[in-house]
Amino acid sequence: MSNAKDIFLKEATTASADGPQRIFINKALGGYYANRDIQKARYRDWEKARDAASLAKWTAVNDLANTLETFVKKFEGNGGKVHWARDAAEARNIILKLIADAKAKAVVKSKCMTTEEIHLNDALEKAGYSVVESDLGEFIQQLRGEAPYHFVFPCMHVKREEISALFTKHLGTAPTNSPEELTMIARRHLRQLYVDADVGITGANFLIAETGQISITENEGNARLTAALPRVHIALSGIEKVVKNLDDLSVLLPMLATAGAGQPMTCYNTLYSGPQQPGECDGPKEFHLVLLDNARTQLLADPEQRDALHCIRCGACLNVCPIFKNIGGLAYGTTYQGPIGSVITPHLRGLEQWNHLSGASSLCGACTDACPVRIDLHHHLLHNRRNANQASPNLFDRLFHRGFNFVISRPRLFAFGGRVFRFTLPVLKKIPLPYLSAWLKTRDLPPAPAQSFREQWKESNHG
Amino acid sequence: MANAREEILGRIREALKVTAPKPHFKSESHGATHSINAKPWLPDGGETESARLELLSENLAKLKANLIRVPNAAAANQALAQISQTKNWKKVAYHSHPLVSPAAEALPCEKWEVGASLDKQKLEGCDAGVTSCEALVSQLGSILVSSESSGGRSLSILPHVHVVIATTDQVVADLETCFKQVLEKHRSKLPSMLSFITGPSRTGDIERILVLGAHGPKELYVILIG
Repeated sequence: MSNAKDIFLKEATTASADGPQRIFINKALGGYYANRDIQKARYRDWEKARDAASLAKWTAVNDLANTLETFVKKFEGNGGKVHWARDAAEARNIILKLIADAKAKAVVKSKCMTTEEIHLNDALEKAGYSVVESDLGEFIQQLRGEAPYHFVFPCMHVKREEISALFTKHLGTAPTNSPEELTMIARRHLRQLYVDADVGITGANFLIAETGQISITENEGNARLTAALPRVHIALSGIEKVVKNLDDLSVLLPMLATAGAGQPMTCYNTLYSGPQQPGECDGPKEFHLVLLDNARTQLLADPEQRDALHCIRCGACLNVCPIFKNIGGLAYGTTYQGPIGSVITPHLRGLEQWNHLSGASSLCGACTDACPVRIDLHHHLLHNRRNANQASPNLFDRLFHRGFNFVISRPRLFAFGGRVFRFTLPVLKKIPLPYLSAWLKTRDLPPAPAQSFREQWKESNHG
Repeated sequence: MANAREEILGRIREALKVTAPKPHFKSESHGATHSINAKPWLPDGGETESARLELLSENLAKLKANLIRVPNAAAANQALAQISQTKNWKKVAYHSHPLVSPAAEALPCEKWEVGASLDKQKLEGCDAGVTSCEALVSQLGSILVSSESSGGRSLSILPHVHVVIATTDQVVADLETCFKQVLEKHRSKLPSMLSFITGPSRTGDIERILVLGAHGPKELYVILIG
């Protein structure tokens, strides 16, 4: 039987051994780094802007009950309907019922990681609805039958030749190697589906308490179409997405774009405050918002890691993470990949099963430096390691550290141990010892020197 | 089964009984009180009108949007007619607005004014949508459209080309100012949709290579009067 950790180790080993794929991912990220730096330079003070963004999220999250209640009152006052879901199953049932009540046949979706988190597509397909992902990257991943590789760039690992073959197979189009032509194929294919769909499902990037609006960020225009053409609009959002007011949004929107994709502003940032109003010529007749907990309140209850709920899902931490760049997004086996995924998945799905992700880090801190809302990501990985060890102490680790502690506090014993180790090393290399043999699988151990450091030191200073 | 709303709010209140430390920042200018005023640190929007116009035009160019500056409404109408001819438009959708209607009605092709209700299939067949807007933001090159100012939700997103006709006094420096104006203008009721459009629709989903016109308009024109 394989568990999450075994699968992770296997997938990560395979992916990190694939040199050409790693080069491909690094090349794809190259343009992002360049654009991000250009845009960051346009800020009069990026670091202080990060402080402000962090404070905006801190303020909302640490007053979450009141902020949410204010938001819900405003939202419903604008004519929308709020549904609360304690977990994934409850959220799926609410959405399925809304779709059934609407007597819908076809459902169109815009990109929303929270729907991935609750495995909505499976549930909808099982219930007999046709569901189309309209974001180009998600559309490609849906055709591939594969989870998103990166929660902002879902198919960044797929080469154009593969996409061309995929479209030929599923859509019957002529092969092409032009990204432009491939995009136009998807555009033509999806257009009529928006017009025909009865229900549109979107996510939400921010909920604004002051006005009761939901804010959706996107580049392609598919979310705009999804929230304009079908007669019912259902949005799904985690409870932590709420912010106090539009002033906060005026900081968060540009920073999300710059940190996430190296843009000054994402192409469409849209605020919805209700269904079609009297005097408006189009828009959905019904507007529903499903607010999801799904263990977010457990993370909230941990004051040490509460700031992980500040995450605006920009993906900057993935783009700079040496682990992500080498093992890729699929190996994680999680909805949210990279450093932020490694931090929050143990909270969302259980520490015991998912703690191994906390070890998948070099603790270099690049993620923490990249985070626009200053989440202390790499320290949280350490916190998770500590928590996991406290919850179920590893006997080998404990004995090893106790033994090491015993030896290192006794200089003579340490010197003797070192000598033994130096002489037996050639033999030790060949015995499958825990940790050491895994380490040596891909690394060479240099031969041990004849003298210890302390012996060399003595000689060079007093010889 | 307990009410989900009450249960979740209860969990939140319980969780927040333990306070989390307020973030410590190296910069000292804020921290004590809740003041997120980040305006001085975000990208500049321009102090004077001419600085704002210059920034707007610079940002629109970088976004691959087309800005056409014209002195008056008559010239705006001509500019629209010229785009229509160059692009060989067959059918154009627009909404009733003092700046938009005269320009659209003068076009030498089929015109359709979206009315009280909108035929989405018909709109899908249009080459272009012509709208007004709420404001333009020089800081970012964004155009704010709304369901009220821009003929509903679909007109500015479904046709292949979007043309915005606006005046220079609609240009504001930054997002914060823009939000303030919107809240003041629509104090009684907000339009059900407010959308910042920053350049033509785009995607980088295939090998992170930029392609314009993913699902929304492939081309964006701003005809700016004044």
